[in-house]
Amino acid sequence: MVSDKGATMEIETFYEVMRRQGITRRSFLKFCSLTAASLGLAPGFAPKIAHAMETKPRTPVIWLHGLECTCCSESFIRSAHPLTKDVVLSMLSLDYDDTLMAAAGYQAEEIIADIRKKYKGNFILAVEGNPPLNEDGMYCIHGGRPFVEVLKETAADAKAIISWGSCASWGCVQAAKPNPTRATPVHKVITDKPIIKVPGCPPIAEVMTAVITYMLTFDRIPELDRQGRPKMFYGQRIHDKCYRRAHFDAGQFVEHWDDDAARKGYCLYKMGCKGPTTYNACSTVRWNDGVSFPIQSGHGCIGCSEDGFWDKGGFYNRVTGIHQFGIEANADKVGETVAGVTGVAIAAHAAASALSRARHKDQNKEGN
Amino acid sequence: MIVKTMDETAAGATVYVYEAPVRLWHWISALCIVVLAITGYFIASPLPSVSGEASEHFLMGYIRFAHFAAAYIFAVGFVARIYWAMVGNKNARQLFVPPPVFNLDWWAGMFHELRWYLFLEKEPRKYVGHNPLALLFMFIAITLGGLFMIVTGFALYGEGAQGWSHALFSSWVIPLFGQSQDVHTWHHMVAWGIVWFIMLHVYAAIREDIMSPQTMVSAIISGYRSFR
Ligand code: HEM
Ligand code: SF4
Ligand code: SF4
Repeated sequence: MVSDKGATMEIETFYEVMRRQGITRRSFLKFCSLTAASLGLAPGFAPKIAHAMETKPRTPVIWLHGLECTCCSESFIRSAHPLTKDVVLSMLSLDYDDTLMAAAGYQAEEIIADIRKKYKGNFILAVEGNPPLNEDGMYCIHGGRPFVEVLKETAADAKAIISWGSCASWGCVQAAKPNPTRATPVHKVITDKPIIKVPGCPPIAEVMTAVITYMLTFDRIPELDRQGRPKMFYGQRIHDKCYRRAHFDAGQFVEHWDDDAARKGYCLYKMGCKGPTTYNACSTVRWNDGVSFPIQSGHGCIGCSEDGFWDKGGFYNRVTGIHQFGIEANADKVGETVAGVTGVAIAAHAAASALSRARHKDQNKEGN
Repeated sequence: MIVKTMDETAAGATVYVYEAPVRLWHWISALCIVVLAITGYFIASPLPSVSGEASEHFLMGYIRFAHFAAAYIFAVGFVARIYWAMVGNKNARQLFVPPPVFNLDWWAGMFHELRWYLFLEKEPRKYVGHNPLALLFMFIAITLGGLFMIVTGFALYGEGAQGWSHALFSSWVIPLFGQSQDVHTWHHMVAWGIVWFIMLHVYAAIREDIMSPQTMVSAIISGYRSFR
C-alpha cells in the first residue's frame, strides 16, 4: 500500500497501480460498483468510475500528522469491507504517511519533496491533527522542523486539503481551554486552498474512504455544507436517524445508567445525549462494519464531530452552560436564580410601594 | 415621538392609544410566550418517562408540537405587528424604532422614572405611549428578544424540518454560533431573559395602574388610557 519510490517517478493511472499491486480486473469492477453504492450514486455510475480510473493519472496523497492521537489512521485502516480496504489503500497511493510507510528519515522527507515537484498543484494533502502555533510551533516537530512550517510548505503545492477528524477540522481536545500550545485547526492556518473537513473523533472509516474515493475518481470535491463538511455524510443529525427516536417522541427516557429504561433501550436525551445537535453518519453507517454505534451500546452521543464539543460542559448534561461570560453554571441554574431574585425584589418593592402609598395617603389626610 | 402635550394628559383626559391590532397582538403574543416558555422548559428537561410501548405515546411529540405551533403564531404575529407599526398610529411605531438614545430629554425621562421606582420622586411623569424606562426594557426583551427567539428558534426547527426554515435560518445561524448546542443554549438563556422581563412587566403594569396618574391595564384591554 505504501508505494515504492519508483511509483512516484512515472505517471500511472489508478488502474495500472491496482493491477501492479495484484488486484484482479474482477475485483476492480466490484470495487467500482461498491464505491458508487457507498456514495449513494445510481448503478450507472460504476462504469463511469471504472473508466475514470482506467484513464486518469492517479493522484498521490500526502498524509501529514500534526498534534494528534492517530485515531483517524486507526479508524481508516479498519475500513470495514475487505475489498474496499485493499483497493482504497492501494489506490490511495499514500506516497507519504509517516505512520504507515516503510521509509524513514531523510529518505521519507525526500518523498514529500519529490511529489511536490512532480505533481505540483496536483496532489491531495490529507492532514491528521493540527499545528500548535505557540512558541513558533515548537510543540510539534516534524523532521526537525515545526510542523506548521511543513504544513504550510506542502499545502502551497497541493490541489486540495482534507482535514481528517476533529483535530484538523476544529482543534479538538488539545485545543481545549486554555489551549496552552495554541493548537489551531488547519483552515485557520491555510486559507488559500479548498479544505474538506471530515470531523469526528475519529471519523467513521467508511466515511473517510468514501470521501477520498470520491475525490480521486471524480477529480472534484464532494458537495460541502457551509462549514466545509461533505453534505452526503454530515447533512443530518444523529438524532434524525437514531433508532431510539421513537422513545424520544413518546417521552421515554433513561434517567439513570442502571434503570429499567436503560435496559429497555429508551432514549438517552436526559443522560446528555448530544445526538440532537450533532451532524454525523453514526446512526446510519454505524461503526466496525455496521456492528453498532455509541447510542446502540447504551451511551449517549458526545458530539465528537462538532466544533468545540470538548469545551461545552458535561457530556452527561442536556442543558449546558454559557462560556462567553465565563458563567459555568448551566442555563437553567442561571435562569432560576435570577428569576428567584427578581421575584423577591418585586415582592419587596411591592411592599415598599404599598407602605409609601399608605404614608402618602396619611400625609394627604393630614394636609386636608 | 413621546407625546406629552398638556391637554392630552390632563387629569380627566382620555386618549385612544392602542389600536385593536396592537391589543390583539399583545394578548396573542402573551399567550404564545407563556406556552413557549412552559413547553420550552419541558423540551430541555422532559417530564418523567411514560411506561408501556413507545407506539402508544407521543408526549414529547405533542410538547414539541405545541412549542412549534405557538412559535408559528408568535412569528406571524411579530411580522404582522411590524406591518402595523408602519401603517398604525404613532404609538404603534414606538416599539419598533430604536429608543432615542441621543435625545437628552428621553434620558431625563428615564432618570425620572428610575427615581420614581427608587421612591425618590413623588409622581411619575405622564406618557400617552410608553415611558422611556418601559420602552427600553420592552425594546430589548420583546423587539430584540422576540426577534432573537424567532431567528434561533427557526434555525433549530430547520435542523429537523429541513425545507425553508433550514434554507432561511439554520444554514447561517448554526455556523454563526459555532454549533447547534450553542444555539440551544442561547435560545434557552434568552428564554429566561424574556421570563425575567415578563415578571417585571406584569408587576410594573399593575403597580403603575394603582400608583401612577394614568391607567395601564385597562388601556391594553380597551385601547383607551385615562389620566387622573
Ligand atoms: C418567546 C419565545 C420562545 C421561548 C420562551 C422559547 C423557549 C424555548 C426553550 C427554553 C427551549 C429549550 C432549549 C434547549 O434545548 O435547551 C426551546 C427549544 C426550541 N425552540 Fe423555542 N422558544 C421560543 C420561541 C421559539 C420560536 C419562535 C421557535 C421557532 C420555530 C422555536 C423553536 C424551538 C425549537 C426548534 C427548539 C428545540 C426543540 C428540540 O430540540 O427538540 N422557539 N425553546
Ligand atoms: S438517544 Fe440521542 S440521538 Fe437517539 S433519539 Fe435520544 S436524544 Fe436523539
Ligand atoms: S455517536 Fe456522536 S460522539 Fe459517538 S462517534 Fe458518533 S458523533 Fe461521535
